Amino acid sequence: MSGPIIETQAVVKIYTVSAGAFRGKRPLKAVNGVSIKVDKGGVLGLVGESGCGKSTLARILLGLEPATSGQVWLDGKSVSQVGRRQVARRIQPIFQDPYSSLNPRKSVGSIISLPLRVHRIGDSTYWNRQVEEMMDVVGLRRRLRRNFPNQLSGGQRQRVAIARALIMRPDVVICDEPTSSLDVSVQAQILNLLMDLRREFGLTYILITHDLAVVEHLASRVAVMYLGRIVEEAATEDLFHRPRHPYTQALLTSVLTPEPRLGLPETHLGIAYPNPIDPPPGCTFHPRCPKATEICQTTAPDPVIEDGRLAECHLHEPLT
Amino acid sequence: MIPVLDVKGLHVDIPLAAGVLHPVRDVSFSVQRGETYCLVGESGCGKSLTALAIMGLLPQRALRQAAGLTFEGKDISTAKEREMSDIRGQKMSMIFQEPMTSLNPSYTIGNQLEEALVRHKRVSRREARERAVFLLDKVGITAAASRLKQYPHQLSGGLRQRMMIAMALMCGPSLIIADEPTTALDVTIQAQILALLASLQLEFEMGIILITHDLGIVARVADRVAVMYCGQVVETGEVTELFENPLHPYTQGLLACIPVPGRTRRGDHLGSIPGLVPTPIGDLTGCTFRNRCQYAFAGCADEDVQPREISQGRAYRCLLSPDACAQNASRRQLP
Repeated sequence: MSGPIIETQAVVKIYTVSAGAFRGKRPLKAVNGVSIKVDKGGVLGLVGESGCGKSTLARILLGLEPATSGQVWLDGKSVSQVGRRQVARRIQPIFQDPYSSLNPRKSVGSIISLPLRVHRIGDSTYWNRQVEEMMDVVGLRRRLRRNFPNQLSGGQRQRVAIARALIMRPDVVICDEPTSSLDVSVQAQILNLLMDLRREFGLTYILITHDLAVVEHLASRVAVMYLGRIVEEAATEDLFHRPRHPYTQALLTSVLTPEPRLGLPETHLGIAYPNPIDPPPGCTFHPRCPKATEICQTTAPDPVIEDGRLAECHLHEPLT
Repeated sequence: MIPVLDVKGLHVDIPLAAGVLHPVRDVSFSVQRGETYCLVGESGCGKSLTALAIMGLLPQRALRQAAGLTFEGKDISTAKEREMSDIRGQKMSMIFQEPMTSLNPSYTIGNQLEEALVRHKRVSRREARERAVFLLDKVGITAAASRLKQYPHQLSGGLRQRMMIAMALMCGPSLIIADEPTTALDVTIQAQILALLASLQLEFEMGIILITHDLGIVARVADRVAVMYCGQVVETGEVTELFENPLHPYTQGLLACIPVPGRTRRGDHLGSIPGLVPTPIGDLTGCTFRNRCQYAFAGCADEDVQPREISQGRAYRCLLSPDACAQNASRRQLP
């Protein structure tokens, strides 16, 4: 593995939202200082609850949304200087819901070839050849190219979305919940396909999901997000065997594996996910944290990097 | 002991232009008080329609046939709409998947909670309000009295689902049908909601029918399970027995599909079931799983497969012998 293909430094995204009928507008920090690094050929799993900012981060990486502050580098070059078109050639998305992310009025062939046409690469014979090749790669029958998305099953649609993402031969693919709208048996087919394609094309994935079992199966490193911050980041093995942050520990105990003798887990988390407009002071996790102490209520912890892993929790700060 | 609900030979047919659709075919099961019975299967397997058929909430053109449908020992297979609406919401209530779409956005929470009680039990609004506060407290919603004046959009997804549960409990039902109650929720909240349902079940001695596609949930909360495929129950059994010795090729296939941290090796191919679920339309003969089954043989297409009972409450719908099925399972090296 060589150096990082994609890297961010203290990325912040602030939205201005209405706080209620007569309360005016207030800032919402969707992403609050996120620094990640993904090595070429690696798979970074990004996990967290809904509203933690993981999809906003994905949109920033894709260039669909400008960051309020902070830097994104692609292959060592700042994305803001490379330009939107060049970034789009090298980073492609696969979205969650293949029912809404494909244009219902376009045929499968024209959906898959759209990136080539937008970037004006090749002519129509080249497009046709490429479309057929990609359909073979993702396991779609070639005769489906004249069909429309509504004639396809969920699994087939997700294959179309994957073919569209790969036709530009990108370096990085951002998969935002790629299997959560699919049935169990189809989910396994798509995950197998994603693993095969990574090997075949030397792809780097950023895999955004709430399903920790999927992350454990695919990712080489995992970043856990909570309220716009990365609270823990480590190699998959380390994170699953020795989670450090109490939030990671709670997430891991909440995974319901098909083991009937275990019963339901006790997560010891309060019920409320905090309102991101009005985040709690100190460590934002402290109202739900079973291990919170006094300092957690007043002071936000600094990230501690140790043995190649990061944790942002007072429990793991070195004693001074 | 008389089961809360006993379903025998339930069929649902929907006439369409292209022929008659058979989304539910010969489904039989029974639920005891205090028991959680899980219906598990992929989308389109008929699990939700089975629930709607039991509640008498099928779309109008759908036809329901049942050899027997008894609720608390009383036959409800021929019950009129009027009788059913006395049972629904009172003795048998339902929790739906998406709390935002099943709540009315323009009424307060209090209003919606009290409605069922006022309708069924003829109590005053004040008594109904007391019961609502009591139940909101039970489902872990703090400051219950002030919540009653709020509207559904002011609550988070987890709180809304708690409210749906409180609503289902208002009249003290003996059976709750929960259709994918946690699918729209985050993992940490999901575990909490399921634990809440289990503790309420213990307290009020209810039977629960839990409908889900998630085998992880089934394993952790079910007492007994029915695996559904293409409208039929293909395997039933007590939960540990079914997960540890799955017999039907479809059940085995489903279990092989899920990654399990610590058991499946990272990066290994997951098992998958090739092909698609067929649409159960027109005349169906033979096993509907045969086209996707790696053990299928010529006989599978010829005859209708009847459930084969191997012990009390343990049955599967396949022509292969129990020994052959068990051998297949061990060869698959299920996680």
